[in-house]
Amino acid sequence: MSDAPALRTRLAARGFDGITLLVLPAALLIAGLFIYPFAYGLYLSFRPKDGSVFGNYLKFIADPYLYETIGRTLWLALPVTLLNLFFAVPVAFRVRLMHRQRLLTTILVLPITLGTVLVAEGMLNYFGPQGWFMRSLHLIGLANFGSFRLVHNYWGVFISLIITGFPFTFLLTLSYVTGIDPALEQAAATLGARAMERFRAVFLPLLAPGMAITFCLSFVQAYAVFPSAVLLGQASGETRVISIAAYQAAFEQYDYSMASAIAMIMAAVQLVIVTAVLALRALAYRGPAGGGKG
Amino acid sequence: MNANASFKTLRLDQVGRDFGAMHALRDLSFEIARGEFVALLGPSGCGKSTALNCIAGLLPTSHGSIWLDDRRIDTLASEDRGFGMVFQNYALFPHMSVRDNVGFGLRMRRVPATQAAPRIERAIATVQLEAQAHKLPGQLSGGQQQRVAIARAIAIDPPLVLMDEPLSNLDAKLRLEMRAEIRRIHQGLGCITIYVTHDQDEALSLADRIVVLRDGAVRQIGTPQELYAKPAHLDIADFMGFRNQLRGTLVQQNAFPANVSVGLQFGDSTLFGFTRETVSGGQAVAAIRPEDMQIVGAGEAGVDAIVDAIEYRGRSFFASAHMKDGQKLYFASADRLELGSVVRLGASPQHVLVYSGA
Repeated sequence: MSDAPALRTRLAARGFDGITLLVLPAALLIAGLFIYPFAYGLYLSFRPKDGSVFGNYLKFIADPYLYETIGRTLWLALPVTLLNLFFAVPVAFRVRLMHRQRLLTTILVLPITLGTVLVAEGMLNYFGPQGWFMRSLHLIGLANFGSFRLVHNYWGVFISLIITGFPFTFLLTLSYVTGIDPALEQAAATLGARAMERFRAVFLPLLAPGMAITFCLSFVQAYAVFPSAVLLGQASGETRVISIAAYQAAFEQYDYSMASAIAMIMAAVQLVIVTAVLALRALAYRGPAGGGKG
Repeated sequence: MNANASFKTLRLDQVGRDFGAMHALRDLSFEIARGEFVALLGPSGCGKSTALNCIAGLLPTSHGSIWLDDRRIDTLASEDRGFGMVFQNYALFPHMSVRDNVGFGLRMRRVPATQAAPRIERAIATVQLEAQAHKLPGQLSGGQQQRVAIARAIAIDPPLVLMDEPLSNLDAKLRLEMRAEIRRIHQGLGCITIYVTHDQDEALSLADRIVVLRDGAVRQIGTPQELYAKPAHLDIADFMGFRNQLRGTLVQQNAFPANVSVGLQFGDSTLFGFTRETVSGGQAVAAIRPEDMQIVGAGEAGVDAIVDAIEYRGRSFFASAHMKDGQKLYFASADRLELGSVVRLGASPQHVLVYSGA
């Protein structure tokens, strides 16, 4: 018998055993459905119609109609994400203490199941010129400013992103908030901390890493806005977001190479924001949110 | 520095707490003098943690009032009471160092850093954690975390330190060490300590006085000696190690000034003892500790029993037996007894406590 352990044992010690094989289907799926299309898109973006390598990217940064979409999309996605987070934290704090938590959570989550198009449809009916909301405003004489509208402009897209994004932000926040041991708040209270101080000194630092993750996920979701920007916004004007530019390149100009380049730029912008937020997160405490041995 | 520094007593007056239709706490009334260590003792669900949370202000009371001398405190928010509390799971702030945890209460009181620093160091020194002061709670052992929790509670010089089963997460050896430590810290502070536990050994060894709770109500208040020797009710006796509970027929009663001397008959044998509560009717229960039962001569008062099992306990043997009517008995024996042999077991009357058999 040899002194060295069998190959199987050595592999197992490094975390490779029969169970590792179960990762294979998922790995193949990710490679086939995510990595390959991404790599292909990247490759395609460097093969513009004019034959150069960086032609698409140069065109993008030279054309205000294209590069301004970055700012327009950020101008929607950043405030929406921040506002959602700003609303989600207090609501999650309240819901945490409720007995009928499940009922309220279900109601709040409902918009997720509706989908953006249905929400847009509803908003067009409700906030549109013939909708209840505008008619009520007319009735009480508040809508006579002429240009006051809540659809087919920035605010239409903004509101719809809040409606569809909030449940998602809220659910994530709730899971982070409920992960904090309630005894910590009680301990802080017995030590003389008032509600605001308890939030600032105890909850906020423990919540910050989770809020950073929530911000990133909500932001990425909002940044990819497409249907509501078309249906509720001005697709050629103030809500011409970056995904619309990519769509037009691909399906109106049939320039897949340009569309790929725009998609890559979109990914890069998201990556920059997400990396910045995660870098800030690295500065915060990231250990367990419990107060000791449970 | 502290408005509560010169208080003399804490008084609970008919404090109650309901959860819906459930009375978690009923008419809890007692007074604790400064310097006293009081244990709230009882099985789980008896209301002891509810009582502690009501005193701490973490749970509003449904009835009654709580007073620190003549200042009513049950109407104050927890943060305005200024009591130190040690939680069962310690509840240390995981993102703060030991020093910041201990100093949290002082920071909330806006104590200037120059004054706070020596107080923090003193609290850390009291629990002997100087070498760990810069670490995060997650880097400490369970026993060290426990010490931080105590240091954090005492750093604010509270008039009252509340402890909610603080040792239940520690192993047996550490628990004994921390017990001595808690007693030492209490004596050094001169405050009131209220200590919740379900462990009678802990309560007996730590407390000056024990409040036994059951079903949200007080069953007995007394010194450890009183509770150990003279539990007021059978359930407390059971809790205090009176493992033999023999049901028999009351045969004679002689009224003495304090207690009533009674005889209890089991078939053809009789035990004599003293009643601890009013015994009426024919049936009663005699409670006797195993170590107070001895083998006696054939002519003496006692009960006959057949030995079922015997185990070696170092200094002596511990035996179990049963009487003719099937009731189980436990006793200590100097000799290894034969299984199946018949022995006569007696106990001196002052060790036989008789409770109502109803």
